[in-house]
Amino acid sequence: MSATSSPPGRLLNPLRQLGRAGLFLLTAFSRMRLTRFQAAETLRQIYFSGVRSLVIIVTGGFFVGLVLTLQTYDTLSRFGAAEAVSTVLALSLFRELGPVLTTLLFAGRAGTSITAEIGLMRATEQLDALDLMAIDPMERIVQPRLLAGIVAVPALVLIFNVCAILGGVVFAVFMMGSDPITFWSNMQATVELWRDFGHGMLKAVAFGFLASWLAVYFGWTARPTSEGVALATTQTVIATAISVLILDFVLSAFML
Amino acid sequence: MKSSHQIELTAGIFLLLAIGALIFLAVQATDRGVVAGGGYQVTAYFSNIGGLKPKARVSMGGVSIGMVESISLDPDTLEARVVMRISDQYDDLPEDSSASIFTAGILGDQFIGLEPGGSPEPLRDGDRILLTNSALQLEQLITRYMFDSEGDD
Repeated sequence: MSATSSPPGRLLNPLRQLGRAGLFLLTAFSRMRLTRFQAAETLRQIYFSGVRSLVIIVTGGFFVGLVLTLQTYDTLSRFGAAEAVSTVLALSLFRELGPVLTTLLFAGRAGTSITAEIGLMRATEQLDALDLMAIDPMERIVQPRLLAGIVAVPALVLIFNVCAILGGVVFAVFMMGSDPITFWSNMQATVELWRDFGHGMLKAVAFGFLASWLAVYFGWTARPTSEGVALATTQTVIATAISVLILDFVLSAFML
Repeated sequence: MKSSHQIELTAGIFLLLAIGALIFLAVQATDRGVVAGGGYQVTAYFSNIGGLKPKARVSMGGVSIGMVESISLDPDTLEARVVMRISDQYDDLPEDSSASIFTAGILGDQFIGLEPGGSPEPLRDGDRILLTNSALQLEQLITRYMFDSEGDD
C-alpha cells in the first residue's frame, strides 16, 4: 500500500487493477462448468438483476421516448418535416440510447446490488465458508451473475426500446395527432434490421457483459469493511458509466 | 422472499417478454414491415428515377401497398429497371396501371405511385408495368422555367 503514495505507484495502480480484473475474468471463465444447477442459479440471478429492474427500465424507457419525440417534433416541425420524427426516434434508440441508457440504469439498479452482495459475503467471510465446504465460490457466486448480466441486459434493452417507441407513439400520434401509418412506415422505411437494430443488440450484449463483470469484480475485491463495500459500490457505478460510454464510441466507430 | 419455483417462473416470463419485444421490434419497426415475405413482384422501366432508393414506398391512391425491392440499370435499353414487391392483399390491380415517381413534400423521400388503369386483367407476379413517368427533377424544372421566362421577354 505504501507504493501507491509515490508517483510511479499512483500511475501503476490503475494498470494493476486492470490486470487483476482481467485475470479475475479469466479465472471465472476457465472454471466454467455448465451444470443444471448452474443454469437454475443463472435463472435466479436473471430474476434478481433483470426482473427487478423492470420498473425503472419501463418508466425510464417510456419517458425517454416521450421527451425525445417532444424535442425532435418541435424542431422538425419548424422545417415541415415532423413526419421524420419516428425515424429520428427509432434510429437514435436502436443505435445508441437504448443500449447505453439501459446499461447505465442497470449499473445503478442491479450492478450496485451485486457488488454490495458479494462485498458483504466477502466481509462476513461467507466466501471463505463456501471454500471450506469445497464449493467453488467462483462457480457458485460469480459465474451465474456474469451469465445473468449477459442475458438480462439485452432483454432489458429490448423492453426499453419498445417502451420508448410506445412513448413516442403516445406523444406523436395521440398528443400531436400525427398519422400513425406515416409514423410506422417512415420508421420501417429507414431502420434496417441488421445494420441499425442488430448492431444495437450486439452493443447490448457487450455492455451487459461489461456491466456484470465490473459489478462482480468490484464486489469480489472489496475490502472486507463497511467502508470497503461502500467504496466498491461507488466504484462499480463510476467504472461502468465511464467504460460503457468509451466502449460505445469504440463499437460505434467499428460498426459504422 | 419468494420461493425458487416462483422466481424461475417470473424469470421465464421476463425472458418471454424480451422475446416478444424482439419480435415486435423486428417486425414492426424495421424495414420488412410493409410486405413481410409474401407479395408478388412487378417490374417497371423508367428513363430517370431521380433519388428513388430500394425499400421506398409503393402506393396507390396514397395508400402503401408495397415497396421497391431492387433498382438496376438495364444493359440493353439503358433504362432504370425497378423491381417492386406488392402485397398479396392487392392482387387485382389492373394490368394497364401506370407508375410514376413522386416526391413526398419538397425535400421528402421519393416513392412510386401507381395509377389504376381500366383493364379487367390483373397484374400478376413477374409482370411489367408499361406506362411509366420518370421522376420530376427540380433542376430540370428550374432550367425549363428560366428558359421559358427568358423566351417571354
